[in-house]
Amino acid sequence: MALLSKKDTNLILDPLADNNPITIQVLGICSALAITAELQASVVMAISVLFVLGVGNVVISLLRNIIPTKIRIIVQLIVVATLVIIVDQVLKAFAYELSKTLSVFVGLIITNCIIMGRFEAFALGNGPWKAFLDGIGNALGYGIILIIVGFFRELLGSGTLFGFKVFGDPVTRTGLYATGYENNGFMIIPPAALIVVGIIIWVQRSRNRALIEEN
Amino acid sequence: MLEHIELFFKSIFIDNMVFAVFLGMCSYLAVSKKVATAVGLGAAVIFVLAVTVPLNWLLDQYLLRDGALVWLGPEYADYNLSFLSFILFIATIATMVQLVEIVVEKFSPALYNSLGIFLPLIAVNCAILGGSLFMQSREIETLGLAFNYGVSSGIGWFLAILAIAAIREKIRYSNVPAPLRGLGITFIITGLMGIGFQSFGGMLTGGDEATAAVEETTAEKIEENKTKVKEEIDEKEISFNDLIKEEE
Repeated sequence: MALLSKKDTNLILDPLADNNPITIQVLGICSALAITAELQASVVMAISVLFVLGVGNVVISLLRNIIPTKIRIIVQLIVVATLVIIVDQVLKAFAYELSKTLSVFVGLIITNCIIMGRFEAFALGNGPWKAFLDGIGNALGYGIILIIVGFFRELLGSGTLFGFKVFGDPVTRTGLYATGYENNGFMIIPPAALIVVGIIIWVQRSRNRALIEEN
Repeated sequence: MLEHIELFFKSIFIDNMVFAVFLGMCSYLAVSKKVATAVGLGAAVIFVLAVTVPLNWLLDQYLLRDGALVWLGPEYADYNLSFLSFILFIATIATMVQLVEIVVEKFSPALYNSLGIFLPLIAVNCAILGGSLFMQSREIETLGLAFNYGVSSGIGWFLAILAIAAIREKIRYSNVPAPLRGLGITFIITGLMGIGFQSFGGMLTGGDEATAAVEETTAEKIEENKTKVKEEIDEKEISFNDLIKEEE
């Protein structure tokens, strides 16, 4: 496909595994952990970050030659805050229940280190198309981790996926619950997210020995 | 007085910024390799929170809330500028951090040197913005309580980063599996500390509310919240229809 050169496809694919913003670059952890008790919240958060990072990267890249160095953090904050306000208002208008679940974490996308990190590391030094691809790639890498954590937490903790009861009804004891299976309440409390991400890091670094930290 | 004490202990132990709501995780993970640097960053976070949360409370109270502009005149009672919260909060935080940096540099160069790069970095620390946003969403009632909330959230974050730094220093000589070394084991240890902090859930009120706190995290409570929100929406739709009928 002539539309994306090899380097461009790498911009999208690298953050999905080898340069993952959460597990390798250690950015954007806060929201990755707090809202992943439900898969639906994780997906919506991933889409929100995709929008903010994609559009934000393009805007900063277009402005990169005009922004004076001294106030660039302020300019970046303004761009991100505006985009996040848009996302927040859209969520409140079209998915009110979900915005209540996400509560302040939509606002915290502003201080999500991935966004500021990619602005500084990439958008300020590259053209708009590359910046757009880089934003999409990093947001997808972030989204994958969120979806994996949300998937396990919701499935094991509530027996549902997207609200659909997958294992049967726990109250009337149908399906898997008839055998005596119980939902794992540990998966719903906040610390479970930390442990699931720790295990993801374990798996990722076992498969790619180059990522192991030297002491 | 009692509500001050309650808010103080609640914000440090039960609603701990790191273990309950995961704010400030990036700098928490990055700076916790040595206890000395962790103490410096923790102190800076307490200071900035103590300054920005009350300031943002004032902004919220007299400018942003539903009906906040009523002091300008009764015709402004319907204005709800809360959609501007994000941009105004982050603007105050960035300005205050800059101001604090200038003041500290002028009056205590020793402190300024020991804080180093951390002070400007705090402006984008989600713990700071998170403190203000939670203050707004929990509808903290007075300026004193807002200041209390700022300081105690900061102390909670400080305790968390101090603990993890101390533990990371100690496990440097432990036999951690290679893929878990560094970041992975820190996540798992933080998770275990979070479980430990959950034990504070019954601290303030003893038995009954302790079970309520556990219930809140089960799926049933999530369902309850959903139906409550649906009812809220239905209510608003009904009143909107009434408005239309009135105009006809």
